Amino acid sequence: MGRVIVITSGKGGVGKTTATANIGTGLAMLGKKVCMVDTDIGLRNLDVVLGLENRIVYDLVDAVRGNCRLKQALIKDKRYDESLFLLPAAQTKDKTAVTAEQMKELCERLREEFDFVVIDCPAGIEHGFKNAIAGADEAVVVTTPEVSAVRDADRIIGLLEAADINDPLLIINRIRVNMVKHGDMMSVEDILDILAVDLLGIVPDDDAIVISANKGEPTVLDDDSRPGRAFRNIARRINGEEVPLMGLDEKSGFMSRLKYLFKAE
Amino acid sequence: MGVNNALSRFFSRDPEAETTRAVAKERLRLVLVHDRIDMSETLMDQLREDLIDAIGKYMEIDKSGLEVSLSREEDGVALVASIPVKNIRRNA
Repeated sequence: MGRVIVITSGKGGVGKTTATANIGTGLAMLGKKVCMVDTDIGLRNLDVVLGLENRIVYDLVDAVRGNCRLKQALIKDKRYDESLFLLPAAQTKDKTAVTAEQMKELCERLREEFDFVVIDCPAGIEHGFKNAIAGADEAVVVTTPEVSAVRDADRIIGLLEAADINDPLLIINRIRVNMVKHGDMMSVEDILDILAVDLLGIVPDDDAIVISANKGEPTVLDDDSRPGRAFRNIARRINGEEVPLMGLDEKSGFMSRLKYLFKAE
Repeated sequence: MGVNNALSRFFSRDPEAETTRAVAKERLRLVLVHDRIDMSETLMDQLREDLIDAIGKYMEIDKSGLEVSLSREEDGVALVASIPVKNIRRNA
């Protein structure tokens, strides 16, 4: 039986979808069979981040309502044939098209087939959030080093615990080491002081994320990408390995700056 | 980071206190204290019962007049309890 993990944050725009795409792909790179589920009905995006937007025929709502067989709605990611799939959200249907009960059932069916079911949760704490967490047994909370994002993360952690999804793990996204050093950004320690959760990983703010989103190729596939490495580590930790946190300072090294210079040309 | 800001930080005794990082952390701490005081009714009832038990060991109190609430102060949250005392227990 597979594990069902919901990726959530409360606040929008902190990197939930990017995290879902990279964690899902990262787990597939470890040889796991993974299904990513986009539950953001009406505002689907995971397909675009993964570069699978042209292959959608059926969606989550079709699968739940029996308009198609579940297998027909799953899009195979050809980079990891037979081990990485996406169940896309419906784009044109109403967000109340699916109930929490149906989501639970769907997750039960998916976990029989897959080692990991990774659910991309919509922003907010309403209907979409409740659906996304309905079938999950674990949660990853994504935040950024901003007051607003950490505040929402705190609220989400409370709501997850109220729903019996205990011990959510935290990803701190878009850390900028130089700003932290200059005292202009909260550090990882500052955030952990305040939130009562364990850290799953930190992801540096990096141009590679924008570039990979442009191409529709998760940055975790890129050996040279620093956020890619961060997400590879995160995937390994989810899979039960102990991986030390990566240093965030390397980019200011001369060689990598040099490389960056050439890349920009 | 502005030049003034950097200078004042340089000459400040406590460089941490001046940073926007510290400002952010303190604002976050306060906003969360406020957010988190939406304590559930059941929990408040439990607290009320426990207070009655604890204080009841030392004084005779008027349970019907007991008031317990959380209130927002400027720099945090206070637990405010008003407990009418009927008698002090001498043998406590």
